[in-house]
Amino acid sequence: MDKPAPVIEPGHTFATVTDKISSIVLTRPTSVGWLIGFGIAFMLTMMLLFAISYLFVKGVGIWGVNIPIGWGFAIVNFVWWIGIGHAGTLISAILLLLRQSWRNSINRFAEAMTLFAVSCAGLFPVLHLGRPWLAYWLFPYPNTMNYWPQFRSPLVWDVFAVSTYFTISLLFWFIGLLPDLATLRDRSENRIAKIIYGMLAMGWRGSARHWARYETAYLLLAGLATPLVLSVHTVVSFDFAIGVVPGWHTAIFPPYFVAGAIYSGFAMVLMLAIPIRKIYGLEDFITERHLNNSAMVMLATGLIVAYGYGIEAFMNWYSGNRYDAFLLWNRLHGPYSFFYYMLLFCNIGLPQVLWIKRLRTNPVWLFFVSFDILVGMWLERFIIVVVSLHRDFLNSSWGMYYPTRWDWMTYVGTIGMFLAAMFLFLRILPMISIYEMRILLPEAEVEAE
Amino acid sequence: MKRQRIYGLMAEFDSPTTLVAAAHKTHAAGYKKIDAYSPIPIEELAEAIGFHHNGVPLVVLVGGILGCVSGYAMQWWIHTVSYPLNIGGRPLNSWPAFIVVTFEMTILFAGLAAVFGMLALNGLPMPYHPVFNVPRFAFASKDRFFLIIFSSDPMYSNTETRAFLETLQPRSISEVPG
Repeated sequence: MDKPAPVIEPGHTFATVTDKISSIVLTRPTSVGWLIGFGIAFMLTMMLLFAISYLFVKGVGIWGVNIPIGWGFAIVNFVWWIGIGHAGTLISAILLLLRQSWRNSINRFAEAMTLFAVSCAGLFPVLHLGRPWLAYWLFPYPNTMNYWPQFRSPLVWDVFAVSTYFTISLLFWFIGLLPDLATLRDRSENRIAKIIYGMLAMGWRGSARHWARYETAYLLLAGLATPLVLSVHTVVSFDFAIGVVPGWHTAIFPPYFVAGAIYSGFAMVLMLAIPIRKIYGLEDFITERHLNNSAMVMLATGLIVAYGYGIEAFMNWYSGNRYDAFLLWNRLHGPYSFFYYMLLFCNIGLPQVLWIKRLRTNPVWLFFVSFDILVGMWLERFIIVVVSLHRDFLNSSWGMYYPTRWDWMTYVGTIGMFLAAMFLFLRILPMISIYEMRILLPEAEVEAE
Repeated sequence: MKRQRIYGLMAEFDSPTTLVAAAHKTHAAGYKKIDAYSPIPIEELAEAIGFHHNGVPLVVLVGGILGCVSGYAMQWWIHTVSYPLNIGGRPLNSWPAFIVVTFEMTILFAGLAAVFGMLALNGLPMPYHPVFNVPRFAFASKDRFFLIIFSSDPMYSNTETRAFLETLQPRSISEVPG
């Protein structure tokens, strides 16, 4: 077998790694491309705010949801976004515990991606509440109504899972940034930037005692985030699996949701990494090795997802339950069958090209396949939510779901918000962990005396 | 002019290897109030300056237990004492349904304890520290490695300690004003 491509191209030192990554933030002028990209993303964010404002005025009736399809785009997008977030935690925590040092050059922006994706995800269930200004009722707090949340409900589990996930991801990301903020503080020429980075770095000075506690805390956080990330999409799948609707009430959901989450998350990581490494000239740090490894993770999780689809279909037949059998028939021949075939093509069909090594290291192809997977995983959630609900037990209560322009504006608007946050992050914080890149260099080794 | 107090003497090194070797020698020479600064975490370094155990794991354990117990207790109290709902005569303390939130609270509290415990034990945030007075120290977050002997060490003396640091062959030695 060939030797794998290096994680960092040879010839780099502590100084060059530090300069290269920090100069993107400190000395590189704001480019026209950045301004245009951020401008577009910002306008989409404004569209989101407009759609949300109108929703607050009119209520959820402006969306396409109606009985029997009470969960439309809002829940589809919630599950899609939160799934995307999962790759960031997988890269930063699970790959750290598995000593996959190649993760050091992509963990920072993957974690940022997690934060922004979870922020987008968190909007949807709140907007879907009908009375979103009462969202705080979901949290247990003493109140004059003598009321408490129902802790036997998966929807309350979800509140705890997602808010814990966001908090821990934020802390993990910030703690990882601490030494790099100190580097920016020490290297910044601009007084205001120096003060801001200095305050954020909290006086980090790289003392050996501090590093020892820091490394312990970082490792423990990784150990805590690992079961957490697996639990989050498991709990999201409980939102469905605890219900009795055909197509939801299955035991395969938790593992298949987690695999699907990582599948779409790595697709988003690649869709971000491929243009970033090109535009910012970071091919030395995000090498072919990273592209290849991410593609292999997608291939593996994609096959788990395919297995999930297979088991679902098999169980629909094997259970002998006529409603389950009808669900499969409805997926294959019902009014939404086109989307089911698209889903099979996007998630199972096309990604099989990743078996070919030449395509796994080809950025253009990978970008295209990643986009295809993101579309496929969105369709998967659409099939699970809408197709299951639109024809359940009583055919007198069947219906159809059509998203309205407000559904689309909200969805596309969150993509804009995600990208706007990403653009700002690239501009003001080091997108690659500087200190973890230094660790990868040969000079970081302490030689025996 | 009033003579400025000295906080310590700081020596600058080129690589993790030379710093760890120097830290070992300093510790062996009997200096106990010392510290070392590096742009990367170096496992051997904390050992070399005589720092063997840190309190972070204990803090995280306590946080985790606290989260677990309080998470379960909250649900138990709400559903059996404060707001009992009889649903078909099912048990009020329906523990399997409480596991998810108990788990999430365990992780949340342990994670918060890890981060804030680490910061508190490190004495951060601390925007000012005397070592920042040394101009060369800005490279401690880039590619230079520093060793400091604090003036509070009983063996410290301006001349002898400087002479000792010279034997470690650093790139430079600077006085840290305090």
